[in-house]
Amino acid sequence: MRVISFGVILYLFWLALSGYFKPFLLIGGLLSTLFVLYTARRMKLIDAESYPAHLFPAASTYWPWLLWEIIKAGWAVTKAVLRPKLDITPTMTRVIATQTTPAGIATYGNSITLTPGTITTGVDGNILTVHALERGGAVDLEEGGMDARVSRFEKGG
Amino acid sequence: MFAAAVLAVIAALVLVVVRVLKGPTLFDRVLAGNTVGTLAIILLTVLGFLNGRPEWIDIALTYGVLNLIGTLAILKFVRHGDLAHDAGEDRA
Amino acid sequence: MILLDAASWLLILAGCFFILVGAFGLLRLPDVFTRAHSASLIDTLGAGFLFAGLMIQAGFTQVTLKLLFVLLLLFFTGPVITHALAQAALQIGLKPKLAEDRRGRLDEAGTAPAPDGQGRPS
Repeated sequence: MRVISFGVILYLFWLALSGYFKPFLLIGGLLSTLFVLYTARRMKLIDAESYPAHLFPAASTYWPWLLWEIIKAGWAVTKAVLRPKLDITPTMTRVIATQTTPAGIATYGNSITLTPGTITTGVDGNILTVHALERGGAVDLEEGGMDARVSRFEKGG
Repeated sequence: MFAAAVLAVIAALVLVVVRVLKGPTLFDRVLAGNTVGTLAIILLTVLGFLNGRPEWIDIALTYGVLNLIGTLAILKFVRHGDLAHDAGEDRA
Repeated sequence: MILLDAASWLLILAGCFFILVGAFGLLRLPDVFTRAHSASLIDTLGAGFLFAGLMIQAGFTQVTLKLLFVLLLLFFTGPVITHALAQAALQIGLKPKLAEDRRGRLDEAGTAPAPDGQGRPS
């Protein structure tokens, strides 16, 4: 089931990139799709961690939320960079990730890094080390708002 | 108007290249080099629109993939001194 | 139609603004970790707004889809590279310039202090 849906997505990706519907290209796409599926299966890549199909519905609400967070954090970094007097307060801290799966923790870590102003510099089990451009960014993460949102995303909400 | 965007990206490229040249650490150079790659992707796309040939996005897409691999390869080499390093061997 | 055009130019201008700010920050900020924040501004907001504007210009075509792919590629690879870079820099022994080091906050018997409590001075 997972393999078939992955194959369909791969073939649609081929069609979107090619944009031509000649028989030769359609068959070529089908053959490449099948070859990629074969090698991916051989490498045991198609599992719940690297192809999290069950998270796709939840992503449709998580990504807009994350986008808004990125815009807010990016504006804060812009103001910090453009301030006439450079008075940034770089801070390092540790936060606990409450996600239960490796994919969930990776999502949390990458979300932290993707929002400008905070970077995940290390992962040790479920403890993330974070570097923040300003003290406020580090404190926000310690309060755990984003962590709770990612945990909700991981459970499919 | 696309020309204005091209000019902005080129101005940013100049600033970033200054950082590549100044360093001071290797990581500053790698970071700035990666940013040059990102700006090249953006520049290719906007130039494609400027010249009325949006197909150039395909080149930008390829460049993005190569940029990722290149940067990660440099970082891995700096960290382990070996491109074939296997993280599993450290724990074993 | 004119409204849509204006919106797209506004987005492109915003993208250019964030790209320039990111590049400027790359020069201005003091060490590699803070510069990485500035570089991620280009990856996310700069490219994001600019490509959103271009998508409106391209309309509902294959070009818009490809722009979306490039944007997704940037959004997925950006954090990976930044994380790898920061981790490698820390492991090589580069010390970040910090105003405050709160890394010890989880050490006390596993209970975290109140978020607004004073961290340990570095």
